[in-house]
Amino acid sequence: MKNKILSLLVDNNPGVLTRIALLFSQKGFNIESMTAATTYNDKITRITIVTNGDDSHMAQMMKQTEKLIEVHSVFALDTSNSLMRELLLLKVAINNGDSSIICDIANAFNAKIIDISHNNLVTELSGMPDIIDRYLNALKDFNILEMSRSGVTALERGDIYHS
Amino acid sequence: MILNGSQILIEVLVEEGIRTIFGYPGGSLLNIYDALYMNKDRIEHILTVDECGACHAADGYARASGKVGVVLATSGPGATNLVTPLATAYMDSVPLVAITGNVTNDLIGKDSFQEVYIAGVTMPVTKHNFVVRKVEDLADTLRRSFEIALSGRKGPVLVDIPKDVTIAKTEFIKVKARKEKENKKIILDKNKIDLVADMINKAKRPVIYFGGGASNASENLRELMTISDIPSVHTIMASGILGYDEPLNLGLLGMHGSVTANKAIDKADVVLAIGTRFSDRVALNTKKFASKAKIIHIDIDASEINKNVKVDFSIVGDINEALDKLLKLINKRENKSWIKELYKWKKEDYKPKENANMITPYKIIDIVCSKAGKDAIYVTDVGQHQMWAAQYIHHIKPRSFLTSGGLGTMGFGYGASIGAKVATKNRHVIHITGDGSFHMNMNETATAVTYNLPIISIIMNNHALGMVRQWQTCFYDKRYSNTDINRKTDYVKVAEGFGAKGFRCTTTKELEDALDLALKEKIPVWIECIIDKDEKVLPMIPSGGTVEDIMVD
Repeated sequence: MKNKILSLLVDNNPGVLTRIALLFSQKGFNIESMTAATTYNDKITRITIVTNGDDSHMAQMMKQTEKLIEVHSVFALDTSNSLMRELLLLKVAINNGDSSIICDIANAFNAKIIDISHNNLVTELSGMPDIIDRYLNALKDFNILEMSRSGVTALERGDIYHS
Repeated sequence: MILNGSQILIEVLVEEGIRTIFGYPGGSLLNIYDALYMNKDRIEHILTVDECGACHAADGYARASGKVGVVLATSGPGATNLVTPLATAYMDSVPLVAITGNVTNDLIGKDSFQEVYIAGVTMPVTKHNFVVRKVEDLADTLRRSFEIALSGRKGPVLVDIPKDVTIAKTEFIKVKARKEKENKKIILDKNKIDLVADMINKAKRPVIYFGGGASNASENLRELMTISDIPSVHTIMASGILGYDEPLNLGLLGMHGSVTANKAIDKADVVLAIGTRFSDRVALNTKKFASKAKIIHIDIDASEINKNVKVDFSIVGDINEALDKLLKLINKRENKSWIKELYKWKKEDYKPKENANMITPYKIIDIVCSKAGKDAIYVTDVGQHQMWAAQYIHHIKPRSFLTSGGLGTMGFGYGASIGAKVATKNRHVIHITGDGSFHMNMNETATAVTYNLPIISIIMNNHALGMVRQWQTCFYDKRYSNTDINRKTDYVKVAEGFGAKGFRCTTTKELEDALDLALKEKIPVWIECIIDKDEKVLPMIPSGGTVEDIMVD
């Protein structure tokens, strides 16, 4: 099932993230990834959730979320018309003499090398989620020590805006 | 004026029109109870036997009166004792404000004595909850709680107050009393109303299916049915919204509804669903429910639309407003052939069987209703007795049949009866219960005795956990696992031990005599009625079934 993106604008209150996560869990809705941060108005937080489900599932998810007292608005982003970004930090081992191949791959994807130590290097890549997926796939034969993906954040293109 | 947190609580309660609260003290509530002591003339506090009973009482109070019920419980185990009753209120959309004390701000999160993160525990069973960390936020948080409890689809709200907040001082500013505040209205789409009216006017076999959400809409509903000659069926939560003997009222539908009501929904070509949620006790098979009909759903909660059953048309808004507008567009007409068909089914419908040796549940309820009169309020626990009560009571008025329909909480009954009695003062409160449920909450009789609340408990004793036993009879080849109860409880002696009165009946005459005495008493009365353990609740449609699968023996 194709992933869908929900964008929520909520009160920046302690525990609001817990409430959203709890509701999704309670109703059996799936959270593939979740990012949250305050907006330009520091009383409002934007939460971006990547989920999946058919149309009726999505409709229920949105209506249940809208019922929460601290939720101002919920909208499903049109992924074909949205700007989606994710950040990846990746720590990969380099003691087998792989470092030049790894650097080549990193350069091909425009990933930056942000740290080098005796046995490993760390690359940083930000971009569309599927670029991140392809980068990870390109490096899969190497010894990946640690990685951290931030989860997807997104805005719709053009003259549509929600605040 | 400068007030401390506890005094602010009292002022906001008075502002909200609250004159009675139910509760149980504890360490974290000492300051609040001190303020209650100093304000005895403004707020009445009913002390129950435990917090569970207090919260069920606040719930019964709210159901019987339509106002917000308020319960006060201490931190830790006091607060966790509210979980079941809060979930009970949440499932039945009952407006409650639950106030819990908590340890002081500096002790929160440190596994302190009688500390629990009650906001986290109750998140899934409340409409919303608050932890008030600063006394400056207390007044507005409390006001907001009442607003949330009463707005849209009603429900319970919890406010957790750390002990230091109850003694800290701040400036308190009075605002307008609740009854002077205006409720936010949802604007109805005129085009939708036109379309719905058209569908109803053209329907050949229309049926109205209404639930608890129609509690304040009796008049409009009756008028709609009379003008357009449309019959109705209803859920357990809607008992009493129409009189049981009104000709177009086909009665209860669903798992234990009548054959007529279930057939009507099955054969209908237009179903108007009002203030209801297609629960799994009604729409037992979500794909086949009202499969021949176009379904119109009117409800205040948008998330209920298409949640369980796909409907063809929906209006989100207040029922009375929608019906007011609809009534202007409905044509006067008759549905003679449809009504004739329904009455034919009604004549052939299941009738409860006689029993030569023991009193039957049907007879018990019939006798109780005729003695208790038109003004009585009935409160039930959960199980077979609850279903018989729903089926056979002579429901006449709304808010007179209080039952835990959504959560199905055994032990709801006595506490809720206390709340109902406090709310309605001079009406008879009849508590119908079973030997299983009654053991869960009989100790609240001590509260009823203390406050002179003459609640009459009719204990249908079949020496079994009847409903579960019935399923074991029907679907588990009579393997009665832990459902045959042979407790030695002597209800007459125990009642007297509490300071109440007890009767034991095995015949209808004994029941009639006991009721005649009970209805004059000023103290609570328990009337135990011995019934056959093999009595079944019928008709019955098992889960996943339709009216084709209905069992009548």
